[in-house]
Amino acid sequence: MAENISTMSFDAVVIGGGGAGMRAALQLTEAGIKTACITKVFPTRSHTVSAQGGITCAIASDDPDDDWRWHMYDTIKGSDYIGDQDAIEYMCSVGPQAVFELDHMGLPFSRTEKGRIYQRPFGGQSKDFGKGGQAARTCAAADRTGHALLHALYQGNLKGGTTFLNEWFAVDLVVNDNKAVVGVIAICIETGETVYVDSKVTVLATGGAGRIYQSTTNAHINTGDGIGMCLRAGLPVQDMEMWQFHPTGIAGAGTLVTEGCRGEGGYLINKDGERFMERYAPNAKDLAGRDVVARAMVMEILEGRGVGKNADCVHLKLDHLGEEVLESRLPGICELSRTFAHVDPVKEPIPVVPTCHYMMGGIPTNVGGQVLFPESESKDRVVEGLYACGEVACVSVHGANRLGGNSLLDLVVFGRAVGLQVEKSIRDGYSVKPATQNNIDVAMVQLQRLNNSKGGERISVVRTELQRIMQLYFGVFREGPSMRKGLDLLRQLRGQLQNVYLQDKSQAFNTDRIESLELNNLFEVAFATAVAAEARQESRGAHARNDYTDRDDKQWLKHSVYYPEEERIGKRDVNFNPATMPAFPPKIRTY
Amino acid sequence: MLNVSIYRYHPEQDEKPHMQDFQVDTSGKDLMVLDVLFSIKEQDSSVVFRRSCREGVCGSDGMNINGKNGLACITPLSSCVKKNKLVLRPLPGLPVVRDLVVDMGQFYKQYEKVKPYLLNDTPAPAIERLQTPQERAKLDGLYECILCACCSTACPSFWWNPDKFIGPAGLLQSYRFLADSRDTATQERLAELDDPFSVFRCHGIMNCVNVCPKGLNPTRAIGHIRNMLLDRAT
Repeated sequence: MAENISTMSFDAVVIGGGGAGMRAALQLTEAGIKTACITKVFPTRSHTVSAQGGITCAIASDDPDDDWRWHMYDTIKGSDYIGDQDAIEYMCSVGPQAVFELDHMGLPFSRTEKGRIYQRPFGGQSKDFGKGGQAARTCAAADRTGHALLHALYQGNLKGGTTFLNEWFAVDLVVNDNKAVVGVIAICIETGETVYVDSKVTVLATGGAGRIYQSTTNAHINTGDGIGMCLRAGLPVQDMEMWQFHPTGIAGAGTLVTEGCRGEGGYLINKDGERFMERYAPNAKDLAGRDVVARAMVMEILEGRGVGKNADCVHLKLDHLGEEVLESRLPGICELSRTFAHVDPVKEPIPVVPTCHYMMGGIPTNVGGQVLFPESESKDRVVEGLYACGEVACVSVHGANRLGGNSLLDLVVFGRAVGLQVEKSIRDGYSVKPATQNNIDVAMVQLQRLNNSKGGERISVVRTELQRIMQLYFGVFREGPSMRKGLDLLRQLRGQLQNVYLQDKSQAFNTDRIESLELNNLFEVAFATAVAAEARQESRGAHARNDYTDRDDKQWLKHSVYYPEEERIGKRDVNFNPATMPAFPPKIRTY
Repeated sequence: MLNVSIYRYHPEQDEKPHMQDFQVDTSGKDLMVLDVLFSIKEQDSSVVFRRSCREGVCGSDGMNINGKNGLACITPLSSCVKKNKLVLRPLPGLPVVRDLVVDMGQFYKQYEKVKPYLLNDTPAPAIERLQTPQERAKLDGLYECILCACCSTACPSFWWNPDKFIGPAGLLQSYRFLADSRDTATQERLAELDDPFSVFRCHGIMNCVNVCPKGLNPTRAIGHIRNMLLDRAT
């Protein structure tokens, strides 16, 4: 029996104050729905702030004849054909409206001479369904697009009057007797108070979980909290083996260097000064899909053509672009490079290495963001009261490999879509059976175990070991025996995790408690990743296996689904039914 | 071993704050201050500070580093350590919640006061509102603010009148919207700033410019607002 905790009530609660969460909160607040946005950091500290290069969308600025269907084709090809075509169609066709709304909100996009939004080339982009050469479709605010977007959304929410619960941490979902989600247990970090946030609907917009790896471009806060909450509530997750390794993280630091550098004309070289991508992707070269470029870089390093003291990275060459282009188009990169690589890109190349960047998998949803429970390969059930959008969701627009610039589009399009769907549902009179004390007690179990811990492992020790295992056994290249070893190590680590010791039991701004809860979420994400990666016996998109080197459309033109209660992998059909055109059939994917 | 002295205050345990000393093995590397804090948190998990992006764009870890406000994640030891000693205190002038964490409420309130969002009373077009590259260039040096509060908490005018003087961060954002060709509320914005405190408490001592981790210049923006206010008066 839990202690009695106080309750706050809303019609909708959005968990996460990044791009997706704030876009959803804005839509709901403007619709007059009583909404709270719970965010564990002040909203502008969310990881969306680190996005650099831009938001990809066919707004027809660079090319007046640009067509969202070309963007759709690129995205489906980029996904290695396990992106859902109805969702991709929705994202690419609604995208321009969502981007213009951002401009109207005040986002300071860079401009063309005509006064329109500046667009730059990014990887995997084409005109005319791959037949018309490289497109320039990524809308940019210099190389600080994520920062500009996140601040514009926060400002829009200030204007709209959204209720924020800033520096509150969501612990676990509260599920009622009818299996509907009816809110969440949350901690006010400043006071330590634990509250039941009672809500008709709950929107998960908790972002990614790149901190499962040792080397990542992700912020410290990217700990997969929404995934952890779902798995503990018995809800499955999809395509968790699909992790994007961004080709250009600064060696050693992990800090992101935007693909926009290559879009603006930069390229990768090995120790011989060779522009090696010409060998791996003769047409698109440095602007091939991120999975393709990352693998090529690892091959160069493995074959002894890396640079640096340990020959464990390659060089990104930018100096030929000239100081003026670099300072006007890529000022943030110049700054980051000087700070973290001690290199001035105006004069010297930046040492870079593929670095964990993005979780393509996540909580399966439909186009309206409603969370789905796949009951068989072809049949889903809607989880009442629960929605997800942004990186935590798998709608799925990214499939096995996300194209650069599509994450910011995903955030605003599906944050908005969730808002619209929730609004409709509440207007239609959606109501729920209230939570019982027992439902609340169930959601308090994790927190209480931690609060009652009396000795055991230190949080930092378990976290370091988790990140080491993931880096070593589930990286860019994978194979069965080593993944099974990694899985065994994770199972052992689970024992230590259940025995983790919260030393600091005080209330006020207790980051030790928050980090312990985050570690539980990281572990759940890592374990689901490991099980799914071992199960998918093929190579597709970001999932590259040395023991199954080919794509196997017969067996695996499917989503993988991880069911936490049985620790089992099932399959789910990919959508090939776009509403307005015939489907794009799978083809061999070359760049 | 680097000698680190950290401001400690726990509202449930301490009557008043104190400094606590730690020793950190940097292995001779030029670490960032944030890395040193991580080592200290491994020694003593009760040490509390904010952090998120670790690359100087989220603005979480503003603190007072050997007497100067800055971001822990992009301040290398070589730029701040003197005589092998590093002293870390919370940002000055704001109430301390615990250790290096301050209550930013007053800072955010001043930011909100300037209506930091685009106001335009004309109907939105079907595409973006057009803006020339020259008009857009006026926003450079303004929109990049990360709300870390290093500037406002280094400003004596903000210390004395945190409720009345908007402070450098808020005024920088105020000017970011005054300067935006897509914003039509210039006169209303200026009217709301036209009192003896909101803008005119700035005495141009430029502490804000000296500490801004993003290299921005709030003093210059404040100068532009002053000129707009004076032009409006004549």
